[in-house]
Amino acid sequence: MQATLFLEQLLNGLQFGFMLFLMAAGLTLIFGVMGLINLAHGSLYMIGAFACAAVAAATGSFWLGLMASLAAAAAAGALIEVVVIRRLYQRDHLDQVLATFALILILSEATRWLFGSLPLYLDIPPLLQGTVPLPGGSRYQLYRLALIGAGAAVAIGLYLLIARTRMGMRIRAGESDREMIAALGVDIRSLYTIVFALGAALAGFAGAMVGALQSVQIGMGEPVLILAFVVIVIGGIGSIRGALVGALLVGVVDTLGRFLLPALLSTFVSPSAAASTGAALASMLIYVVMALILAIRPQGLFPAGS
Amino acid sequence: MAEPILQLVGLSKSFGALKATDDVSLDLRPGEVHALIGPNGAGKSTLIHQIAGTLKPDTGTLRFDGRDIAGLHMAERVRLGLARTFQVSSVALEFSALRNVMLALQARQGSSFRFFKDIRSDRTLTEPAMAVLARVRLAERAAVPAAELSHGERRLLEIAIALATGPKAFLLDEPMAGMGPEGSKALTSFLAGLRDEAPILLVEHDMEAVFALADRVSVLVYGRIIATGTVNEIRRDPEVRRAYLGDGA
Amino acid sequence: MARETAFNIVLSVLLVAAPVATSLLGEPFYVTLATRIAILALAAVGLNMALGLGGLVSFGHAAFFGLGGYVAGILAVHAFNMEPMFAGIPGTKLMPVIWLVAIVACALLAFVIGAISLRTSGVYFIMITLAFAQMAFYFAISWPAYGGEDGLSFFVRNNFPGIDTLRPLSFLAICYGLLGLSLVFFHRLQHSRFGSALQAARQNETRLAAVGIRPFHVRLAAFVISAAVTGVAGALFADLNRFVSPSMLSWQMSGELIVLIILGGVGRLYGPVAGATLYVLLEFALGGITERWQFFLGLILLGVVLFARGGVIGVFAGRPRHG
Repeated sequence: MQATLFLEQLLNGLQFGFMLFLMAAGLTLIFGVMGLINLAHGSLYMIGAFACAAVAAATGSFWLGLMASLAAAAAAGALIEVVVIRRLYQRDHLDQVLATFALILILSEATRWLFGSLPLYLDIPPLLQGTVPLPGGSRYQLYRLALIGAGAAVAIGLYLLIARTRMGMRIRAGESDREMIAALGVDIRSLYTIVFALGAALAGFAGAMVGALQSVQIGMGEPVLILAFVVIVIGGIGSIRGALVGALLVGVVDTLGRFLLPALLSTFVSPSAAASTGAALASMLIYVVMALILAIRPQGLFPAGS
Repeated sequence: MAEPILQLVGLSKSFGALKATDDVSLDLRPGEVHALIGPNGAGKSTLIHQIAGTLKPDTGTLRFDGRDIAGLHMAERVRLGLARTFQVSSVALEFSALRNVMLALQARQGSSFRFFKDIRSDRTLTEPAMAVLARVRLAERAAVPAAELSHGERRLLEIAIALATGPKAFLLDEPMAGMGPEGSKALTSFLAGLRDEAPILLVEHDMEAVFALADRVSVLVYGRIIATGTVNEIRRDPEVRRAYLGDGA
Repeated sequence: MARETAFNIVLSVLLVAAPVATSLLGEPFYVTLATRIAILALAAVGLNMALGLGGLVSFGHAAFFGLGGYVAGILAVHAFNMEPMFAGIPGTKLMPVIWLVAIVACALLAFVIGAISLRTSGVYFIMITLAFAQMAFYFAISWPAYGGEDGLSFFVRNNFPGIDTLRPLSFLAICYGLLGLSLVFFHRLQHSRFGSALQAARQNETRLAAVGIRPFHVRLAAFVISAAVTGVAGALFADLNRFVSPSMLSWQMSGELIVLIILGGVGRLYGPVAGATLYVLLEFALGGITERWQFFLGLILLGVVLFARGGVIGVFAGRPRHG
């Protein structure tokens, strides 16, 4: 009984971790290649979720919605990059923080303008409804397993893209030596736009998929954004591998912490005190983990360039 | 013979398989200029970093003014009297030349945690700072932000800052770099007078300056000191000739 | 320099004259607006010591703003209910005592956070300070003793000996007094030996170490001082609203403090004042015109970063000069 519950929570942690990875991969690529802190990445997640919910409601097909989320987030990303972000690459982090903070205000309000203030709901597609049996006799939501699968597939795809393709070579070169690849005639401006749009599409994809588990609403991106930042800082900024390890670590630690800490505390104190203290400690847990990791390894687990 | 002020014994530092510093022993005695020369990539920078405190040696001892300094932070070594200049000028660019020197003076006076007194009217800082700038002939440029100084002037400012820390020894990393013939000549004669104030460990590529200044020369090749001696001894040393000229002598 | 001074004087005069005048005309609401400006400016002056002088981009100063707020709220509630806190220590409604406790609490917290965070730099520093503030945020949300997610209300504003703090103009005067003190302090700091070392740490930390000063020590001291000032602002903010909630600890709050400074001009004496004035007025003015005020606020902020580098003061007075 305890063991199956634990397995279920572990799977939930992995699912959460892979969704964080989709966000973190884009953030870390954008930081690694362009040196940009993008606070507006959470807005792209929100745009993906809204696009999916709107198209799914209009057509009745989750899958069309999912494609719409990719397209909308990538298009929004490319547009933002060309109009605003491009002017920030040479600026210091402080200017980037302010400008992308402003973008959050603009994008959130624009979304409210288009869709209103009420949350939208997105159904799990029929193909992925239902549960599957787990060892030990309990059952697990098929959709969440599908999210784990999709996250893992994206991780592999990104790895192949960066390690095996010409485009990936340019991305890696862009991380280490901007002037050199410009001198070699690579069109660095469009490379940056493509990388930004790619990161945006991943965020939008995550937003759409998570949208079917939660409600789709304004401001849904920011909590995930903060966690994604925690992830890339733990993993080492600029490292996709670090983002994957960091995301799974954060996802599992957070989920299991919420599950185990109250139970653990209840052996020492009264159940109600254990529940409240446990919840307090659990929500702080990943930040404690991050602070510990940075105190020991100030550049994260996989420092870029190592 | 006088006790050396700076003494390295058996210093080694590896990066993976590369021995950047290999069992280096070296000393600096009062009143002398000891030049450290060697081809590019010989490990001069790595050695300087270890003496100054930005790199930790793997093994070996490092003594300065009678005490072991291997565990000390760069700032603590400077406060003990080990002043350094950088290969590429490193100053506070937004500050005026004067304020750069004043920073060194306040550190020497051990009083950076004073929060209220305005340093612009603090004559215990401004007057000695002007005096130091006058010594390197930068007094007229005192109010100019370091960012607007010429390359040569910035090299001089570095030396002024080092002077202001109240050094017992100088660690000068290629002070002639980019100075031009005129500037090098002037700086060489300035440094010649400096040795009586505190001995100088001089890393330099400009051989004319080295031969003019050095009382002793050490030659570093592939992380090892292959010879130490007077200028004439070094010129005649067969191993040094081989390292530099590649001839079979 | 002269133009910057003139700008500072004009802004000071306006900030004093406008609320007094509108209050005489029977529009006390503007007094509250000015009080908000003063408190946010004070918080940002605190942050500006770390960020502007020392180049320490703390994305977690809400932790200190919120801690100051909770100090005020918790002490006030205990005093009101006349029940001692732990170890029999009574609460208090005396502002000076509250400020002192806020300063000590924030300094201690900043010492711990700074000692760990200052081992990192750049983006890592931005993010680790954010992480610490998030810890404080979630702690406040899930700790039920002082209101948890709902926050903590206290019914009467705290007292200041000899001043009726319930009168809006009197409370504004207290806030202006503290803001003025913080500006004098910032100015002295900027030109002191400590300020010199701190600014050198921002420009070139190797150089600072090479004259014999450890950058870490200087930065840690600056971070602690900066946090204490921001904490006092938090206590005042609690008194303004007679309410504290976890939102004072949120990452948006940290972001807003940074925004105020950039909007006004980084490292400028009056940057936080100009930034807070513009921000609060924009929020108010746009809020009066359109429901979509955040959209336009965003556009204006974006315009400032892209086209008005150096913030408002930069536009009026050009680039800063250092002695």
